[in-house]
Amino acid sequence: MELSAILLQVLNGLDKGSAYALIALGLTLIFGTLGVVNFAHGALFMIGAFCSVTLQRLLSISTVTLDETKTDFLGNPAKITTPYVETWFGPEVGSAIIDWSVPLAILFAIPIMLFIGFAMERGLIKHFYKRPHADQILVTFGLAIVLQEVIKYFFGANQIPAPAPDAFIGSFDFGELIGMGAGTLMYPYWRIVYFLFALIIIAAVFCFLQFTTFGMVVRAGMADRETVGLLGINIDKRFTIMFGIAAAVAGLAGVMYTPINPPNYTIGMDFLVISFVVVVVGGMGSLGGAVLAGFILGILESFASMRQVIELIPGINQVVIYLAAIVILLARPRGLLGRKGVMES
Amino acid sequence: MAAALEVRGVNKRFGGLQALDDVNLTVEEGRIHAIIGPNGAGKSTLLNCFVGRLKPDSGTVMFHGQSLLGILPYQVNQAGVSRVFQTPEIFGDLTVLENVMIPALAHRDGIFEMNAMKPLRRETDIRKEAVDVLEDIGLQDKLDMTASSMSRGDKRRLEMAMGLVQKPKLLLLDEPTAGMSRADTNNTIEVLKHISDTRSITMIIIEHDMHVVFTLADRISVLAQGHVIVEDEPENIKGNIKVQEAYLGGAH
Amino acid sequence: MFGLSRGDAVLWLFVLLLVLAAPILLNPFPESSALAQFNAGYPDLMQRFLIFGIFAVGFNILFGLTGYLSFGHAAFLGAGSYAGVWMLKLLTINVLPAIIISTLVAGLFSLLIGYISLRRSGIYFSILTLAFAQMSFALAASVLTPITGGETGLQTALNDPRIFDAANTTGNIPAPSLFGMTMGDSHQVAVGDWLWTFNVGYYLCAFVMMIAFYIAIRIFRSPFGMMLKAIKSNNERLSYTGINPRPYTLAAFVISGMYAGLAGGLMVAMDPLAGAERMQWTASGEVVLMTILGGVGTLIGPVFGAGLIKYFENIFSKINESLLQTWFSFLPDGVSDFVVTVIYPFVGKGWHLTLGLVFMLVVIFLPGGLVGGINGLYKRIFNKSNQAN
Repeated sequence: MELSAILLQVLNGLDKGSAYALIALGLTLIFGTLGVVNFAHGALFMIGAFCSVTLQRLLSISTVTLDETKTDFLGNPAKITTPYVETWFGPEVGSAIIDWSVPLAILFAIPIMLFIGFAMERGLIKHFYKRPHADQILVTFGLAIVLQEVIKYFFGANQIPAPAPDAFIGSFDFGELIGMGAGTLMYPYWRIVYFLFALIIIAAVFCFLQFTTFGMVVRAGMADRETVGLLGINIDKRFTIMFGIAAAVAGLAGVMYTPINPPNYTIGMDFLVISFVVVVVGGMGSLGGAVLAGFILGILESFASMRQVIELIPGINQVVIYLAAIVILLARPRGLLGRKGVMES
Repeated sequence: MAAALEVRGVNKRFGGLQALDDVNLTVEEGRIHAIIGPNGAGKSTLLNCFVGRLKPDSGTVMFHGQSLLGILPYQVNQAGVSRVFQTPEIFGDLTVLENVMIPALAHRDGIFEMNAMKPLRRETDIRKEAVDVLEDIGLQDKLDMTASSMSRGDKRRLEMAMGLVQKPKLLLLDEPTAGMSRADTNNTIEVLKHISDTRSITMIIIEHDMHVVFTLADRISVLAQGHVIVEDEPENIKGNIKVQEAYLGGAH
Repeated sequence: MFGLSRGDAVLWLFVLLLVLAAPILLNPFPESSALAQFNAGYPDLMQRFLIFGIFAVGFNILFGLTGYLSFGHAAFLGAGSYAGVWMLKLLTINVLPAIIISTLVAGLFSLLIGYISLRRSGIYFSILTLAFAQMSFALAASVLTPITGGETGLQTALNDPRIFDAANTTGNIPAPSLFGMTMGDSHQVAVGDWLWTFNVGYYLCAFVMMIAFYIAIRIFRSPFGMMLKAIKSNNERLSYTGINPRPYTLAAFVISGMYAGLAGGLMVAMDPLAGAERMQWTASGEVVLMTILGGVGTLIGPVFGAGLIKYFENIFSKINESLLQTWFSFLPDGVSDFVVTVIYPFVGKGWHLTLGLVFMLVVIFLPGGLVGGINGLYKRIFNKSNQAN
């Protein structure tokens, strides 16, 4: 096997792995802090993706004018659509804003996702802390259905493209960079952006938990919720904020994923199952484990899709992730980096 | 009299703590044997070693010639050792009668019986056994009550009924009267006495309440810092200097 | 009666009556009325009520009694379906062997998956079953194409061997039948403006479902069933009571897997076609919805839940905007438009939204599901009137 082929699979695994890691990070954060198994977490990713779509649509709202000097193929006067942003900011700045709608959606999505997260925790999840995990799974599963149906109502069932800015269209030639010959190792620019973006978010979450008082309390709460409560620290409020942050992380993962995979309303459920596998493989409640497992499984999946591997073990690309989960659960139920005793019975 | 339970040289260490230190114990058949000692002396740890919950680092626990070590909790139970838990561990969603029928069925049918097509109400013998025990223990009026809705005292009685219905050769009672009122405690003493007299079950009682211990026990072992410091008849324990030291000066 | 207590026998007979009379009961609207499209008494849908009823009743034996939440039971229904179609292809177009073999194959498959998955409990068990089901789905849709027909699905063909049937290479593909009675055959009765369809396949489903329901009642009322409830209530205590919980949960898992296989077998007996999408985890999620909605741990709840969801999916989903407008046309214009706008997202194609909301409400407020809720209400009224006496 050539080195470039191996490198290509690693690179291909990175962007999917980034998405897995980001979703799993929020999932495991919620489990670690609140002890809640959240089946609606995939829906948060989906809502994030639709924040991109929505912003793009908002920015494209246009005025329509008739241009009598040109005609369309039926002979009617041609319709000229001019987005308001172009009218307001001038054509150049305006079209640049529309072009950059996906990255801009990050700013748009953060308050929305935080709000949704707070509302979810205060309105629903809070009442399920003391109920069995099965009930938590069921009620959040119901919520996921509701959220995806709401999105379906407004956006329809088809995939909606939300492309990356023009500047990031095209591929970067890694082959030339590392001297393996031009064209041997092409990798789309946007996927590089996505990977770096994921690293930044992951680093931000870890720094936040590691270096702020807030994070310290939350980490203490993850270790022993009751004791922290006894200290008179209002842990519940902090946990609400934590839920908001987890929602925002999932949402941002969705926002930036739209150019890679045009979203439709089922994208959340598609990612949910795999994210749970990632959390379990990494270890329930382990942040580092979720990130590590996300990237490992992403890369594993992309290796399993190689032609040579499929020829060797047919169908392995379809099942490798689940296989990994089953092996981990049976051989090492606490996962790669999980603490002993979490959810083991 | 023959020995029912023989404990020889049992050690158990948790990290830096020597929880059990060369424990030796002989419980004779048909007797009530109390294990007392200050908090943290290792009483519950010792009990957990008898029922398959903990495995000692070394030593032997022989029950009528059969080792109780390295086997699973349900195997210990099937060997004839029933445990009554300190905090009631009942089947909260089930009725009182069902709570007692389950151990009765386990005693009759063993660890697994695929009796999915047999109506439960045809199990008249099992039902009668359960009702009899519940009468002995004073819960005959609450047969159809959901177990979780009972008072704490009643739950503990139910616990005891669940142990007794199996007609165990050895009954392990973990602080059967802890947290009970004086009246309930006396009542429990009466029940245990009655059972001991009529059914000749060997019992091991872990207890804090000296009144209970000295009323019931035929023999007493005193545990302090994981070690049996004295084993003797109740009269001899009362005046024993070592025991007083363990209780008064044990907390240094 | 047949080993059932009086109350259970009454329940069983009540269900029998409903099932027998369903072709009449589910067609309340005259054929020429505008509401005729809400009649649910057509064979295809009624068969599905019962088939999914069987599926949910079986699922309830596992989840309702032991509390183990499986998110992979559709895999057993799918495996049963494939086995059933193969029997129709290889042995005979008579559906009896197909239904029996479907059940057995699903039983073996669930024994394998259950044996492994039950090594863990709680959320880990759920995820293991989910992973196994997704694996089955992915494999059925890709590598196993020679056995499963891949994405197009598996169906009967004219040149199938069918070793027990007379050679048949011309004409149409034979239709599934039971000793000469074709499943698709129907007898229609018109009374006035009402039309009732009595279908052979439906009554086969009814027969099987009543047996399946009977067995479920017996399991619920057996010592075995009590042990399963004890597992849900306090698994650890059970082992200190001298019971090994593992074989009990495994038996429950296999029984519920066989129910799923039976449902799959009936499905192909009605329509000899099996596709991989039947195994997808969302299909497993559907049976969870049915069971919880109707009433987990109750006898009749899952059947009720299955019927409700299938009714929503097929009938409620037909309500469209113009129909709503005619319904609310008696209101003043502005008001009717407003009402229609508010209601529209929840009906017709938006029925999933209503389903999701109702499901959440049930999980939050009615742990016993709709049937549990009705029971509680009934008891409350009944007790109050008792006290008044």
